[in-house]
Amino acid sequence: MNLVLAPWLEVVLRALAVLVAFLVLPLLVGQTEHKVMAHMQGRLGPMYAGGFHGWAQLVADGVKFVQKEDITPARADRQVFRLAPFVALIPYLVALAVIPLSPKVVGATVDASVVLVLAVIGVGIIGTLMAGWASANKYSLLGAMRAAAQLVSYELPMVLAVASVALAAGTLSLVGIGNAWNPWWLLWQLPGAVVFLVSALAELQRPPFDMPLADSEIVFGAFTEYTGLRFAFFLLAEYAGIVVMSLLFAVLFLGGWHGPFEPWVGWVWTLLKGFLVAVVVIWLRVSWPRMREDQLQRLAWVWLVPMALFQLAITAVGVVVFPR
Amino acid sequence: MGDGILPGLVKGLGTTARSLTRRTHTAEYPDVAPALPPRSRGVIALTEENCTSCMLCARECPDWCIYIDSHKEELPPTTPGGRARQRNVLDRFAIDFSLCMYCGICIEACPFDALHWSPEFEYAETDIRDLLHEKDRLGAWMATVPPPPALDPGSVDPAEVTAAAKPPRGAAGAGPRAGSAPRAGAGAPGRTRGDGPAARPTRVRPESPAGSDRAAGSLQGASAAAPERPAADRAVDATKPMPALGDTGSPAAEGDSTQVLPEVTPDEEGRE
Repeated sequence: MNLVLAPWLEVVLRALAVLVAFLVLPLLVGQTEHKVMAHMQGRLGPMYAGGFHGWAQLVADGVKFVQKEDITPARADRQVFRLAPFVALIPYLVALAVIPLSPKVVGATVDASVVLVLAVIGVGIIGTLMAGWASANKYSLLGAMRAAAQLVSYELPMVLAVASVALAAGTLSLVGIGNAWNPWWLLWQLPGAVVFLVSALAELQRPPFDMPLADSEIVFGAFTEYTGLRFAFFLLAEYAGIVVMSLLFAVLFLGGWHGPFEPWVGWVWTLLKGFLVAVVVIWLRVSWPRMREDQLQRLAWVWLVPMALFQLAITAVGVVVFPR
Repeated sequence: MGDGILPGLVKGLGTTARSLTRRTHTAEYPDVAPALPPRSRGVIALTEENCTSCMLCARECPDWCIYIDSHKEELPPTTPGGRARQRNVLDRFAIDFSLCMYCGICIEACPFDALHWSPEFEYAETDIRDLLHEKDRLGAWMATVPPPPALDPGSVDPAEVTAAAKPPRGAAGAGPRAGSAPRAGAGAPGRTRGDGPAARPTRVRPESPAGSDRAAGSLQGASAAAPERPAADRAVDATKPMPALGDTGSPAAEGDSTQVLPEVTPDEEGRE
């Protein structure tokens, strides 16, 4: 950015850009989910809202949510209940701010951005826990407990997988990792990539890891008692989470802005790769059934953690044998 | 994780990916009219003139959703000194479509073809009481009743055709008297269609009295009957020029396509 702006103006502009991305990208993923899921099931999906193939369906949904009554249950812990959606949503906003689309196109440059992203994403689960506890509803509480158990199990393999990439790149900065990436990583970091994708799905509580929501068992888990805008925030958090995880996967494992053509179109490559990962996330939701709670835990501890450790060992050997 | 889980998961992914590339099955109903199968049961239409208020439909209706009111009227005698006749006049005929279960028994039961199925189905109402269709509304549906679909190949002839094909009482004795080959089942009730043009009875012959101007006759005659059995005609012409037609001098039969020719003798038909 050759243009020199006043520092405060630059901060405001960057914050605005991140906010816009935060509001647009999840809707884009949501609409993609509507359409891809529909066509995978032989349906058309939304066709009316906005005129052309229902492109404005999620906008219409948003308007609907705003119009709905905001109910707080009588026995609920009001403060905590009302705060929970924001605790769930804000971390993803912060995470999105530090994920680079290219070395230049990044909301905020942070040295140890990998650590920041992982830490912040872990905070989001507290919103779910708060919602489940404050709702004074047994289904909410069950859902929150399942979510917490799931997070505890899957945070470890995820951190290990990211650690492997950081080890390979020799830096904790996302920009640094993206710059250090080369196509051989697709093979070298493959087990780590698989582990990351699976645990990202589990962190997002997306099918097949949607046991905490499990609408056929516990209504809608921690979000059972929520209505209107607060419920919409939880949904937005889910799709913002998909955006964050997909972009993170694209930057860490798919080389982000590496691609043909001019270097300045790098951000397009990152977005494109992230979008592809998001489509895969949707695809898995359509195709696979929900895992049982014990299968969930088993998968994490018996398969993913050893795989991540194995990946870490491979990376360590690689780094020592082929020093850059 | 037992055996076979991974291939199953991959197969699942393949299935969804394949249906992603295929056409969807969604019927875009209000925008695109549905292609209804023949004999769709949408609404019941009434031909008021055919109804004799016999109440058969109302009595057969399992839901008791047909309401009929009628009164008797006296018709003056048609001839001087004759007896006055009574006739049923339909005052009210209503079907409550909020009760109707679309079984169609009333339509089957009606001996006078007063009730018909119409494929129209878009008559939902916001008030359930508006689903009670009185006779003017039922009559308005008649415009939407499709013509009866053509018979399937190989099906039994319609009853009226079979009845019309039966030789009149006078001709019935002709067969044994001629002492010829056994009838080839022509015109017998229950004979199926489509067993070859040669075996058909020559019952529909409006066109020409003699074989010489047969071609001209078939040009001006009923086009539906003419192309059906050219082979049979040619066979008959080769033997002799249709004496039956010439004998009767069929002005009465002309123009009536279902009229059976009375003097078609059984031995002729056997030769066909």
